Amino acid sequence: MRAPVSWLRELVSIPDSESGRDIAERLIRAGLEVETVETLGEGVLGELVVGRVESIEELTDFKKPIRWCQVTVGGATRGIICGARNFSEGDLVAVALPGTVLPGGFTIATRETYGHMSDGMLCSERELGLGEGHDGIIILEPGSALPGNDARPILGVGDEVLDIAVTPDRGYALSMRGLARELAIAYEVPFVDVGRELVELPAPDAERLPAACASDDLEACALFTLRTIIDFDPTKVSPGWMRSRLSACGMRPVSLAVDVTNYVMLETGQPLHAFDLGKIRGAIRAGRPAGGETLETIDHVVRTLSSDDLVISDDRGPIGLAGTMGGLETEIDSTTTSLALEAAHFSAEVVARMARRHKLSSEASRRFERGVDRELAPYASARAASLLLQWGGGHYVGMTAVEAAMSPVIIEMRSSEPSAVAGMEIPEATVIESLGRVGCEVVGGQDPLRVIAPSWRADLTDACDLVEEVVRLIGYDNVPSRLPTAAVGHGLTAAQRMRRRVGVMLAARGGVEVLSYPFVSDAELDALRIPSDDPRRSTVVLANPMSDQLPYLRATLLPGLLTAVRRNAGRGSTSVNLFELGSVYRGAVEGEALRPSVLMRPSEQEWAALNEALPSQPFLVAGVLAGERELDGWWGAARAYDWSDALAAAVSVGEILGITLEVSRGANPSFHPGRCAELVLAGTVVGSAGELHPRVCEALGLVPRTCAWELDLGALMTSAPPVRPAPIVGTQPVAKEDLALIVSDEVSTSAVEQALRQGAGELLESVRLFDVYRGPQVPDGHRSLAFALRFRAPDRTLEAAETAEVRQAAIDCAASTCGAVLR
Amino acid sequence: MSAPNSAFDPKQVAALDASAIDAMVADALAAIAMAGDLAAIKEVRLAHAGDRSPLALANREIGALPPAAKAEAGKRMGEARGAIKSALEARTEILELERDERALVEEAVDVTLPVDRAPLGARHPLTTLMERICDVFIAMGYDIAEGPEVESEWVNFDALNVPPDHPARTMQDTFYVGSPESGVVLRTQTSPIQIRAMLERPLPIYVVAPGRVFRTDELDATHTPVFHQVEGLAVDENITMADLKGTLDHFAAEMFGAGIVTRLRPSYFPFTEPSAELDVQCFVCRGASIGNPDSSCRTCGSEGWIEWGGCGMVNPRVLDAVGIDSAKYRGFAFGMGIERTLMFRNGVTDMRDMVEGDIRFSQAFGVES
Ligand SMILES: [Zn+2]
Repeated sequence: MRAPVSWLRELVSIPDSESGRDIAERLIRAGLEVETVETLGEGVLGELVVGRVESIEELTDFKKPIRWCQVTVGGATRGIICGARNFSEGDLVAVALPGTVLPGGFTIATRETYGHMSDGMLCSERELGLGEGHDGIIILEPGSALPGNDARPILGVGDEVLDIAVTPDRGYALSMRGLARELAIAYEVPFVDVGRELVELPAPDAERLPAACASDDLEACALFTLRTIIDFDPTKVSPGWMRSRLSACGMRPVSLAVDVTNYVMLETGQPLHAFDLGKIRGAIRAGRPAGGETLETIDHVVRTLSSDDLVISDDRGPIGLAGTMGGLETEIDSTTTSLALEAAHFSAEVVARMARRHKLSSEASRRFERGVDRELAPYASARAASLLLQWGGGHYVGMTAVEAAMSPVIIEMRSSEPSAVAGMEIPEATVIESLGRVGCEVVGGQDPLRVIAPSWRADLTDACDLVEEVVRLIGYDNVPSRLPTAAVGHGLTAAQRMRRRVGVMLAARGGVEVLSYPFVSDAELDALRIPSDDPRRSTVVLANPMSDQLPYLRATLLPGLLTAVRRNAGRGSTSVNLFELGSVYRGAVEGEALRPSVLMRPSEQEWAALNEALPSQPFLVAGVLAGERELDGWWGAARAYDWSDALAAAVSVGEILGITLEVSRGANPSFHPGRCAELVLAGTVVGSAGELHPRVCEALGLVPRTCAWELDLGALMTSAPPVRPAPIVGTQPVAKEDLALIVSDEVSTSAVEQALRQGAGELLESVRLFDVYRGPQVPDGHRSLAFALRFRAPDRTLEAAETAEVRQAAIDCAASTCGAVLR
Repeated sequence: MSAPNSAFDPKQVAALDASAIDAMVADALAAIAMAGDLAAIKEVRLAHAGDRSPLALANREIGALPPAAKAEAGKRMGEARGAIKSALEARTEILELERDERALVEEAVDVTLPVDRAPLGARHPLTTLMERICDVFIAMGYDIAEGPEVESEWVNFDALNVPPDHPARTMQDTFYVGSPESGVVLRTQTSPIQIRAMLERPLPIYVVAPGRVFRTDELDATHTPVFHQVEGLAVDENITMADLKGTLDHFAAEMFGAGIVTRLRPSYFPFTEPSAELDVQCFVCRGASIGNPDSSCRTCGSEGWIEWGGCGMVNPRVLDAVGIDSAKYRGFAFGMGIERTLMFRNGVTDMRDMVEGDIRFSQAFGVES
């Protein structure tokens, strides 16, 4: 809502010393979000005067038509070149004289152009920074000024305009009247409500009154009024002050009838619509359409109606979407001489639903959605009719109306409630006085107070709404600041601690955390070679994605990470180690929305059903490693990331959570079939690690041999030991034994290691592979694995014979389970 | 060891006279002093203290002396050998020290060489900022609550007093999951975690809830469809707006420095009533830039205050929806954007830096924002 300060001052006596910024500050304190305070024509310096166009010579030798005009500006007549064509001889115009600076630092100078010395400039609204109007130059109302007069006050140059973002509960603030009321409260000055002033109109002409209007749905349309004017002069234009105000408020002046409806809407908050009565057949009524009909609205969009809409109809069918937009067929035009002026009260919910369904947000629908004063319509339409008669001539016929019975809503509130909520003492007298200032009526003298909210405050329904009004008027700044004593907390949960630990560990290992968007495409999943039955293939789809290319929610973290890798490479960082912790989404979303009552706690079944309707959202951790792990340097040659770095990262996540992940050969299709490890926890695969498939790298434009890993962190965290048992730290001497085993390539190293552990038994402290050898003395298809074994007894020094015995037991076990042969 | 003289031989006694021994000692000491390195000192030891050294040879003659002279000669000989031995030891020690020092000098490296073979990584500054916020509230006795990102529309809107056709639903452009009628959305705010906390936790409740939220805004310098918020909720008997203000003031001081306070401006949120916009005092200028063109402040735009979030007293309708007795319990709630906080707190100028995953951005923060 844009509000010119000059207009506000007309409605409420704001002290003269108050600037636009001061006024904005008051409104902000009252809870209105003033976003900007701008000065109209800010940057216009120097002489801006009224001129009269004496003669126009059309120049036709140029690419576009140009006018050479003689303009009187008080005494002198100046020759001025102008490209606009919307003016005639005799019109009063705004002239910027040479030396004048326009917004943007553009200085007007006498200069030769189009073969003439142009001695000034005829200005448009936009050129002066007064509005968006650029269809032509500004034309002042005939007789409103003399040539040579200062044009600034006439044009509103220097007037300040507040731009206010109105929250959904403050529909009344979408009007000068509502803002003026807030300012009257803020400045503690009297307020005269233009929304309750019934302007006098000529006596109705009962003879010529059209058919009575009707409302077929008094819930959706509780009040419907139509005023009729005939013999209206369609050639008359709106007065300059009205056009200036509309422009200042960000609305484009159109025609007198449209301008008046807009002007009164801005002033009072009541949306109005003028129909061309000549195009109407029969009685005008509000009601529900059958559904399926079409209506072309004035924005030239053909809309298919739903039986849930609310429309205005005549005998032939719908002629407008109630409180949203009129129909094209009955729109007033340059020949309209009889008007039907609609002012009504439509249900906020109905209009909101309709505006949403038709994706149509208008000035009218924005106001109805936020609640329009239930009693305002007849007052507003009288103001509009009066302005139409004043500026457009015509004959007032009268008003027909239909209205549902009203029963005031009484809100009960304990007078101590504001004190209890604010945490400060607010006397009952202050409470009652504050409520009165916002327009509430407190009836009876008892406690709880019985309060009737004013008709323009449909948002006041509960005691807490009244509390806000009271505290707001006292001032939030006056509420004290005090710390509550919170209950004793539990600290971070185990899962929260573990996530932090994993993040810090991965960063310490050189990883950089990213937080990527969860939106993925089929193309990305295809590039990752994820088959349709793989849980990593997305199944959760968005109804309204940001891009049709990215309709899915991720079921693996890799696409986002790989996008980040590619982006980094594009910016010159070709060696990266990225990781991400985050949710993925699996399963299906189907069926109808569940909407338990909000008046009470949902039942256990309802709550379970709401949760079951959600897809599963496992929490994963993943990483991608590309390029060089160690650059070449004085220490030696570069070392590229390889599959083992990815696997080490994955294993370390388990390790930092106190979990030993088993590693086996994996078959994740995104990975190189020979360089993919599967991570297993208690028999369940919880992740993969290794080198990405060469085709994945190629398809996604990644550095060859990019490596990756991904783990179900949620599953790991569930298995992490809450308490870790202490080890027995043996102090007896250690016995070290090295041995080399020749093993078939079919047998994995971890199987051999496991066999050694099993065979060696409790005396084995550790086993570590320290060499892998292929070559002479080792048969084809085999390799030699060299292990270092450490034995230790808790209570004695091991004898050589004893060590030899367990060493042999280890070898025997490796031989029997893995076919290993001692080298 | 020298072999003892077996017979008395008066003819060779000359070698044992005092001046001869002194000369031998002088020779030895001079040679020791001349020895330049450990190899030289080894030779000197052999020549002047070894089995074939003049002194050793002379010593063999003691046995041939008359018994009366033996004692004196022995004493003189002992003193001479002692002097040479200690001179050798002293010189050896010096030479060893020199050798060690030379070795250390030779092993010196250029310690200014780069050592960033495996540089540290970094956590995302939004993650660490959320953790910092959580820690502030953990210290105040709060727990950290969580909820799903794909959320029930009922939890995200209905239970928060946003009925289906309420204009507040269009204030937030919602991603619908499955179909617009599925009743499942990407949560548009962290407020649904309030509902979950109230349904699932015993009273009283003191929680903060950080998390990722989604709205259909195009990515640009100040908007992103995926961003983060943190939500706070306290539900207890006798909770007041004063408690809310005190909590926010404490929070602001922890985040931005001692003495930094907050300001509330009336506003509207469906799930709170009264509702307020939350501003934090500018921690850079502390208001000194207001109306002072000579010391303008870029952090607050010389406003003295920075818009931070929203807050209010939990609307009793929300308490009804989760079955909390609103006659007995009241609550306050607040929320703010993490991206926005990082932008003004750490001077991030472009939203895209926080979403693109450029390693240069996160690495500047390390593991603490
Ligand atoms: Zn500042």
